[in-house]
Amino acid sequence: MNALDLARKLNWEILQPDGAETEIRGAYTSDLLSDVMAHAPADGLLITIQANINTVAVATLVHLRALVVCHRRPAPDDFLAAARREGVAVFRTTENQYRTSVRVAYALND
Amino acid sequence: MNVLPISPEQSSLVILDLLFKLKIKEVMTTTLITAPRGASLRDIQRLMKENGITGVPIAEGRRLFGIVSMDDIITALENGTVDERADRHMATNLVVLEDDMPLSFGISYFDKFRYGRFPVLNRNNELVGILTSRDVSASLLLELFKEYNKLEAQIQPPAPAAGERGRVRRKFPAKRYDFENAGKASHEIKKELTGRGYDPRLIRRVSVAAYEMELNMVVHSEGGALTCLLDPDRVELIAQDHGPGIADVDWAMQEGCTTANEWIKSLGFGAGMGLPNIRRVADEFDIQSTVGVGTTVRAVIRLPPVAPSPAPPQTP
Repeated sequence: MNALDLARKLNWEILQPDGAETEIRGAYTSDLLSDVMAHAPADGLLITIQANINTVAVATLVHLRALVVCHRRPAPDDFLAAARREGVAVFRTTENQYRTSVRVAYALND
Repeated sequence: MNVLPISPEQSSLVILDLLFKLKIKEVMTTTLITAPRGASLRDIQRLMKENGITGVPIAEGRRLFGIVSMDDIITALENGTVDERADRHMATNLVVLEDDMPLSFGISYFDKFRYGRFPVLNRNNELVGILTSRDVSASLLLELFKEYNKLEAQIQPPAPAAGERGRVRRKFPAKRYDFENAGKASHEIKKELTGRGYDPRLIRRVSVAAYEMELNMVVHSEGGALTCLLDPDRVELIAQDHGPGIADVDWAMQEGCTTANEWIKSLGFGAGMGLPNIRRVADEFDIQSTVGVGTTVRAVIRLPPVAPSPAPPQTP
């Protein structure tokens, strides 16, 4: 499923759509960036509350395609600008990481 | 909006040093003008006027409950609620700074959140100060900024390192607490390898090692540099910092062991996985550390024996 379809299906707020029309091949849930580096799947989606430019840096390095920020945490301008520059789509949800993970797993049939 | 004209992106090196070295507690205003929850907005407006300020923390003792800004007063005047209690109209979803954070954080917060002021809390969540964009110390910094820029203009920047044939050598400085620029070296290294058409899985291993090395220096060291030696058959990454050194390297090599403090953890770092991650992705790994001197971490990732052709194929 592509990231944009997933976001629409799960009613996520679309904060940064550039790069959203890419296929998502898995997901990972973590707020620790080293843990993300170690375990997130390439071409995946990151479910996190960590909305800062370092998240984008890590996403780019391990080739994640999209981020969803949980708990509707604030998304700073520099964070979104970096994501746009790198073509990493950013979404946001009011739900927590657990519920978001369940919905994503279900939607991706993963 | 009053964004500070200093940015960690564009500042000179001396200023960067200052921004990372100075802590918020050294710069913030500590003589606080606060009001209790029961104060009326009219009382607060008077406080603002008398003191020439545009925001008043609502606090009792050292406990912070919220903040009332000039905007809240204007809204209350429009709505006829200016005689009501502050706690009915104050903002409670606050972005706060911690007194131990480097000043660079304070400055980046003004850009990120577009508030005119940030309450500063200590480690025990007690209100200890306020950082405003017109803080006296900020103007002091500005003066320094001008001075240092003049000085730096007289110094020629060093020429980029020239590589021997077949070998590319790049050196990237890393600064303590410079989270804004952390990751740039790994990004450059990744770009270089991608341009050469290597397998994405291999590139990922190099990227992970480089990023963890950069972050280790930003989080834990007094500063250092990441050197990347790219040969046709291998990438060697060397992170060398100048202190403080690791007392127990075996302990630090264990997953989950970290000395990072709470605000670093709040940024998603300090999981205690950096060094183990580097060792996991590297073909060769070693670490040497001396307390009071510094730490050197070295990782080698072997590249396929025959260098692949560059990504875009040539057609006759």
